[in-house]
Amino acid sequence: MNSPAQPLLEVRDLSVHYPGRTTWLFRKGAPKKAVDQISFTVPRGKTVGVVGESGSGKSTTGKAIIKLAPLTSGQILYEGQDIGGLTNQAFKPWRKKIQMIFQDPYNSLNPRADILGILSEPLEIHFPKLSKADRKDRCAELLAGVQLSPDFLTRYPHEFSGGQRQRIGIARALAVQPELIICDEPVSALDVSVQAEVVNLLQDLQAKLGLTYLFIGHDLAVIEHVSDHILVMSQGQIVEQGSPAEILGSPREAYTRRLLAAVPKF
Amino acid sequence: MSVPILKVRDLGVTFRTGDRTTIASTEVNFELTAGEVLAVVGESGSGKSVSALALTRLLPPSPSCEITGSIELNGRELVGLTEGQLSKVRGREIAYIFQEPGTSLNPVYTIGFQIGEAIELHRPEISDRRAAVLAALRDVHIDDPARVADSYPHELSGGMQQRAMIAMALACDPKILVADEPTTALDVTIQQEIMDLLARLRRERGMSIILITHNFGIVANFADHVQVMRKGRIVEHGPTAQVMGDPQHEYTKGLIACIPRLGQRRHRLTTLKDELKVS
Repeated sequence: MNSPAQPLLEVRDLSVHYPGRTTWLFRKGAPKKAVDQISFTVPRGKTVGVVGESGSGKSTTGKAIIKLAPLTSGQILYEGQDIGGLTNQAFKPWRKKIQMIFQDPYNSLNPRADILGILSEPLEIHFPKLSKADRKDRCAELLAGVQLSPDFLTRYPHEFSGGQRQRIGIARALAVQPELIICDEPVSALDVSVQAEVVNLLQDLQAKLGLTYLFIGHDLAVIEHVSDHILVMSQGQIVEQGSPAEILGSPREAYTRRLLAAVPKF
Repeated sequence: MSVPILKVRDLGVTFRTGDRTTIASTEVNFELTAGEVLAVVGESGSGKSVSALALTRLLPPSPSCEITGSIELNGRELVGLTEGQLSKVRGREIAYIFQEPGTSLNPVYTIGFQIGEAIELHRPEISDRRAAVLAALRDVHIDDPARVADSYPHELSGGMQQRAMIAMALACDPKILVADEPTTALDVTIQQEIMDLLARLRRERGMSIILITHNFGIVANFADHVQVMRKGRIVEHGPTAQVMGDPQHEYTKGLIACIPRLGQRRHRLTTLKDELKVS
């Protein structure tokens, strides 16, 4: 078994570089360093928050972990095993362990599938032995888990509000019983009242299921609220990391201070 | 007490689709004085944007959308004006900027062309349009106006695009600027720059601003008055310090309680449902 000290996820010197644009007369531009040599760990059952402006590389970091962005160099250790260089086929077992929820609940659900179809798909892939009836039961259970009525199974995404869609996105991520969920700005597009409900739901689920979160966001107050540890990113690098009290109470880096100063206080 | 330049009485907006009618806003009353910043807050669907768009009827034509009540701009009634008369009010007297500068700008024309178009339409008396475009860009504190004027929207960052939108709105020297979630799509540092810019322009020009937002932080730092909307109605209205510091309506209290604040980490966020259950 794993030692208790071993983090669930450890990222070492992760870089994601995109080739430079070919400009006038085939001259190669400098590569764009979306993420440049970052290292951090995510302990099991905890929430690590990633904060930064757009273009800071925070989303790319999350995507690189589940192979939605190409890894240039570095290691991604999941329970000590390097999953960074795996082929898609070899990565499949980890797709079950690591799930992602997205910012835009309007674009991340297939508009032509009903909720049963949306929730069944990951089950068909990762639990092929489940019978159709069992699968439906499981989907109803998943909806109940995110406080939605099982009656919604026959409905389509456009019939739901933003907050409800985000709950469906969470239910879909939970379908395969993951350990780690990468939350990419999950509440940024929601009204403050709905945002509070979704944040509470995510925290309840974490307590109940022992989930680990990598929580990406740009709202420092939300990040402070959910995180056990915070990474501040700027231009592809982690400029500062620490506990919420350290980052917000006594930020060391000028960039962090600038970010904090820009938040309107009231 | 200064004289209000805009008086809105019993404004109502009703949409009709087939045999269904939806009341988007009703019984909206407010006044706006010169140089005042009025913030309108509320959740999506509360009618805050629709009420602001109704001022110059930037809404579908009758009968699919009906506007009732009275909108008085400098003593002139706007409800009931023809489309031609209203188009002279839009831009020239009441201008708008929106949440997504990227989608409000036309992608196939340069920024300079688009600002020039607005000037041509609303201020035909200006002969040197290029100079007016560059002046408008300089007014929003863009250091290299010529480069920006010759750029296409996709070549600019979100913050620059929003500046260009503001330059376009201000090129016609409006009395009232309606800013509909002007910084929602922007990073916090850029957000601060844009809000500072709006505050300065308001001071310099004595322009009134109707600021539609759901960010209470911006409201607290920027607005003189706040009105809180819910389900098409104004549930609370008053000076910012009073509404934020001592909200009277349960809904306002609930909305403010929902917001996580820096340095006040709590075990659990309050939701509107917890709050409204009490009442």
